[in-house]
Amino acid sequence: MSGGNKDRLHVFPSRMALTQMKGRLKGAQKGHSLLKKKADALTLRFRQILTKIIETKTLMGDAMREAQFSLAAANYSAGDFSQMILQNVDKAQVKLLAKKDNVAGVTLPIFEPAVAGTSSFSLTGLARGGQQVTKCKEMFGKAVELLIQLASLQTSFVTLDEVIKITNRRVNAIEHVIIPRIQNTMKYITTELDEMEREEFYRLKKIQQKKKLQKEKAELEKKKKGLLLSGEEARTIFETGEDEDLLFK
Amino acid sequence: MAGKAANKLMAIIGDEDTCTGFLLGGIGEYNAKRHPNFLVVNKDTPVSDIEDSFRAFTGRADIAIILINQYIAEMIRHIIDQHDKAIPAILEIPSKDQPYDPSKDSILRRAKGMYNADDFR
Repeated sequence: MSGGNKDRLHVFPSRMALTQMKGRLKGAQKGHSLLKKKADALTLRFRQILTKIIETKTLMGDAMREAQFSLAAANYSAGDFSQMILQNVDKAQVKLLAKKDNVAGVTLPIFEPAVAGTSSFSLTGLARGGQQVTKCKEMFGKAVELLIQLASLQTSFVTLDEVIKITNRRVNAIEHVIIPRIQNTMKYITTELDEMEREEFYRLKKIQQKKKLQKEKAELEKKKKGLLLSGEEARTIFETGEDEDLLFK
Repeated sequence: MAGKAANKLMAIIGDEDTCTGFLLGGIGEYNAKRHPNFLVVNKDTPVSDIEDSFRAFTGRADIAIILINQYIAEMIRHIIDQHDKAIPAILEIPSKDQPYDPSKDSILRRAKGMYNADDFR
């Protein structure tokens, strides 16, 4: 009868369940289109971020090269001050401010540099090479800014990547599992309802037949008892047995 | 993220020059337990030390960005590839003697499949 729809919801096949299924199908289709729109919006943003990342990465390469070069220059003119720097670290001057951006319901973290306090290395290169050291400091400051930008892009990238995967999975699940299942259920319900209708029809026919048979039997019995007068077969309601009896007595 | 306060740090794993430069840029900090947010790697630093401090940096709540020299990242690539969270973000930076190679970057490798190759130059 209803072949091929093994994957369906367990419902009792009734008209009410059919209407319910119709509602669910509509809901699933709406959700599917909405999720698809969300995935599209996210992918758009994702591609923008990707282009920006690639741009910034190359920029970062250049900035780093310049910074390293200026460090070498500072080293040359101020002597090797790296140990002094490494030992004199105390509190960070550049910290990060974490903000949030919202894309289609997904929060993306955005970092911004926040400079606070003074540099703990203000006296570095006081004796000689101060200018080179300052330049080097500036260069690395720029590199840090660029890197912070890149980091927020990269976190956005990772977050978006994850969310896009989840959304696509949902879209596919609705398209290939949920909607077919509901459709199968609806098909099952309609076939089952048709089946029930046919059964009902057959049952009615059968009852009619049975009644007819009973009637004929009763008539025969009556004939046998001789209650019926000669030749007369069908009587109208106006001449019931009672009346006749009265008349002939 | 903890409110609006600027309280996140950057961590650095790099050679002496890279660390010096960035610390000069003002991102170094010792926390209350006197743990630094940087690791100077030289020729004698064992890989296990790098792995340990990388794990420590990723586990710290106050670190949002980890900078790592690309050649050091290559040494502990298996751990970096395992790191799949958005925060802390791991940035691979070129070192003094190695130029930057985008094809080795964990993120760009992930991006490659979705983007046409000529955008990488």
